[in-house]
Amino acid sequence: MTKYILRRILYLFLTLFIIASITFFLMKMLPGTPFTNQNRLSPEQLAIVKAQYGLDQPVFIQYLRYMGGLFQGNLGTSFQFNNEPVTQLIGQRLAPSMQIGAQAMIVGTVLGILLGAVAAIRKNTWVDTLATFISILGLSIPSFVLAVLLQFYLAYKWQIYPVALWDNFQSSVLPTLALAALPLGNVARFMRTEMVDVMSSDYIELAKSKGNSNWQVVTKHALRNSLIPVVTIIGPMAVSVMTGSMVVENIFSIPGIGEQFVKSITTNDYPTIMGLTIFYSFLLILVILIVDILYGLIDPRIRLGNGGKE
Amino acid sequence: MEKILDVKNLNVDFSTYNGTVHAIRGVDFHLNSGETLAIVGESGSGKSVTVRTVLQLMAKNAKITQGEIRYHDEDLLKKSEKQMDDIRGNKISMIFQDPMTSLDPTMTIGKQVAEPLLIHNKVSKADALKRAEEVLRLVGIPNPKARMKDYPHQFSGGQRQRIVIAIAIVNYPEILIADEPTTALDVTVQAQIIDLLKELQQKIGTSIIFITHDLGVVAGIADRVAVMYAGKLVEYGNVDEIFYDPQHPYTWGLLDSMPTLDTDDQNRLNSIPGTPPNLLNPPKGDAFAPRNAYAMEIDEEEQPPFFKVSKTHYAATWLLHPDAPKVEPPKSIQQRFEKYQQMLGGSVK
Amino acid sequence: MEQVPKIPKEKFKLLHKKDNQAQESLGTPSLTYLQDVRRRLFSNKVATVCLILLGIMVLISVFAPVVAPHNPNTQRVEYSNLPPKIGNLDIPGFNGMQNMDGKSVDAYKAVNAPKDTYYILGTDYLGRDLLSRIIYGTRLSLIVAVLATLVDLIIGLPYGIVSGWKGGKVDTFLQRIIEIVSSVPNLVVVILMMIILKPGLVSIVIAIALTDWVTMARLIRAQTFQLKEQEYILAARTLGESSTKIATKHLIPNLSSTIIIQTMFTIPNAIFFEAFLSFIGIGIPAPNASLGTLLSDGQKAFRFLPYQMWAPALILSIIMIATNLLGDGLRDAFDPQSSD
Repeated sequence: MTKYILRRILYLFLTLFIIASITFFLMKMLPGTPFTNQNRLSPEQLAIVKAQYGLDQPVFIQYLRYMGGLFQGNLGTSFQFNNEPVTQLIGQRLAPSMQIGAQAMIVGTVLGILLGAVAAIRKNTWVDTLATFISILGLSIPSFVLAVLLQFYLAYKWQIYPVALWDNFQSSVLPTLALAALPLGNVARFMRTEMVDVMSSDYIELAKSKGNSNWQVVTKHALRNSLIPVVTIIGPMAVSVMTGSMVVENIFSIPGIGEQFVKSITTNDYPTIMGLTIFYSFLLILVILIVDILYGLIDPRIRLGNGGKE
Repeated sequence: MEKILDVKNLNVDFSTYNGTVHAIRGVDFHLNSGETLAIVGESGSGKSVTVRTVLQLMAKNAKITQGEIRYHDEDLLKKSEKQMDDIRGNKISMIFQDPMTSLDPTMTIGKQVAEPLLIHNKVSKADALKRAEEVLRLVGIPNPKARMKDYPHQFSGGQRQRIVIAIAIVNYPEILIADEPTTALDVTVQAQIIDLLKELQQKIGTSIIFITHDLGVVAGIADRVAVMYAGKLVEYGNVDEIFYDPQHPYTWGLLDSMPTLDTDDQNRLNSIPGTPPNLLNPPKGDAFAPRNAYAMEIDEEEQPPFFKVSKTHYAATWLLHPDAPKVEPPKSIQQRFEKYQQMLGGSVK
Repeated sequence: MEQVPKIPKEKFKLLHKKDNQAQESLGTPSLTYLQDVRRRLFSNKVATVCLILLGIMVLISVFAPVVAPHNPNTQRVEYSNLPPKIGNLDIPGFNGMQNMDGKSVDAYKAVNAPKDTYYILGTDYLGRDLLSRIIYGTRLSLIVAVLATLVDLIIGLPYGIVSGWKGGKVDTFLQRIIEIVSSVPNLVVVILMMIILKPGLVSIVIAIALTDWVTMARLIRAQTFQLKEQEYILAARTLGESSTKIATKHLIPNLSSTIIIQTMFTIPNAIFFEAFLSFIGIGIPAPNASLGTLLSDGQKAFRFLPYQMWAPALILSIIMIATNLLGDGLRDAFDPQSSD
């Protein structure tokens, strides 16, 4: 198991290296300079600015410098936003994103599991139909549409929550709800399928034949067995919540990394875009790695196997 | 002998996408205390459904339309779900067909074996686990103490079936229902499991209903045999009566397709042609008639009643009607008849 | 045991059935696979309704120039921000009345619009007809979806087949590429592509297809692996059929259900990405309408003109729900085991 984790971590850095390289050269392919917008600069001034950012060097040297910096955890300096280092920019904005992301994941996963389990237990009844309907709504309606609707009703019309503000827990409710819909829908649907499968399995019949009541069968045997595979989709869900938060943060004016990403795009702030791309990829690979390890820890079939997959 | 279980006129329907399937059509049988009753039939004959109705472990789309299942002096079909929970795994328990899928993959086997004890008795967890360990030893799991914390996937198929048996007998049930417990196993392991069941029956004095499609297995374990076809019993009797004095052409067919030690080169194994009828629309007459080489006109019009062969032996075939012509059964069956005469002559039965 | 019933003697004549004469009649007439799929799909009411709904949207999109009451980009500043009105019908919400300072005012009278001038879903801040813009926006969404799915297939199908068919080192190499591509969040890839390429329809399609093909390729690869071992493929190989011929004659027909089902899940994905990009302002450039830009405009104005937000939000949600449900229905129809 340890060997497997170490190998996976090695892959993580290898993949990040490749992604960083590709992103770097893609950015270099862009026409013009990041300062094209600033027409006020004279050619001399431009040359000074370029030298300041090291943009006068050959591309390959720039690449080596960038990768060298990356190795030391330096993502470069933003062209905008007071020339702040990108890492600092991300660091300042990580907390709000993490908060609504984590809240959305917890709310979505827990409710999704409950909804899916209820649907499976009451299979082919109106409860099942209702649960399926809710999960389809959750996974179909884009987070930004939901965000706009929530903002209109709960914040603007009924004034229960702030429209666009970031200070206390109250202000995190609406973005959390908007982001939780997708994991809720997906987890509910996945959970239902898994649990329906489990409920028709032989070991559930055997559990029933032991004298367990229907409730005991569900709590002692069916739930755990259906929950294990649900862990696998938590990774992908976390990623969609992460990317979904870009626009949701924008809608609710939350100073998070998603909002920063969108801002950087509209202002051509290439170092920040690059830094955030690498950061997002890092998070994604990390989340998937953690989920895989977690899966190995809960499922005895993997835990006690040959120490990992492949 | 005391009748411990008495099933009367059991009828079970399944509602399916295509219509109502009459899976069980009037089945009567009983189980005597301490004996082993084998129910034999092809897949789809309704034998599994029949025993599942005893524990009321049927699929959701199944419905018992008629009948009575008397256990001691109570009708199990009139029991509430809660009362049935008290019986399942306690008074009556079940062994399933496929040991590879019957155990909860995420629970240690110690806990799985101890579970019925904890459900039905007021025992501490530690005591239950201790009992579980004893029972695991009883069913022949080597080094049970160490293996209690293992998960099902760490055991072989035969061992897993022993664990399934341990779960079933941990409360010393009065009735043990074994639903094709050896079908999914290797032949050598099959014999071990049969021996284990016989041994356990001796030790804990349970009565067994043994479901199988394999007559070869039956000979080794059963006291009485009931042959089932298309949701009905067609013949039942003591094991010798069924093996050496069979009366129903379907039983003939089953026996004729079974290899024995006496099978020589001339006696090739025969199979029963065709497939069982579709129980969406059960035939009006004898369900076996279309596959029956000895079918008569009456077979296609009316279902045969049970004819008495001996005090313990009955068969539902028109061939036993006094007006029926005398037919010549397959050669291997005739040999069985001869042997039966010798047995009757040799020992007083 | 029982009384022997009285039965005429002649009924006891043996019929002397020959052994193998046993009837083996099947209960129901057999259906071909496709007929069966169609029967299952249409017996699913929800999927059928979604299919009809999407069919209508496709038709409206195809005939958008005929159906749309106005040119979607024609600006009539004098008629800006007019609320919805249908003819002279007095339906609340569609009667041209607007709430101004707590009083209900006929917005059309206020701008001196002629009696026969009306906009079913109202107009935007430049006086463009919202209904027409929504029709064109839907059309754009569907075009993006179809094109992205096609590109997706063009990349993913051969990639998956080659990877699954060749196996070994080729497969390992191709799978590593997939691993790297899927290590970047899809949306980030799409956004990067949008920055590099010029904003516009083609860029959106390329950006979306660049991420979505991965899922398709993975599924096709897994399926090809299975099919490769099938007897009939082995037979074709033994007979010396060329790889291309085996792929087109044997593989692709057997992959079709996977392809169709996956396609049905690619479409809502593509529609989502397009709307997302347009919403944050890097998708379809102005003045063209997209459901994303319409919603974005609607969000900015919803305090006073909520109707401008409602229509795009509703249409976008309906498309997403209908495609997802139809995808579910198709999967159940192709693979009955997957449902309950």
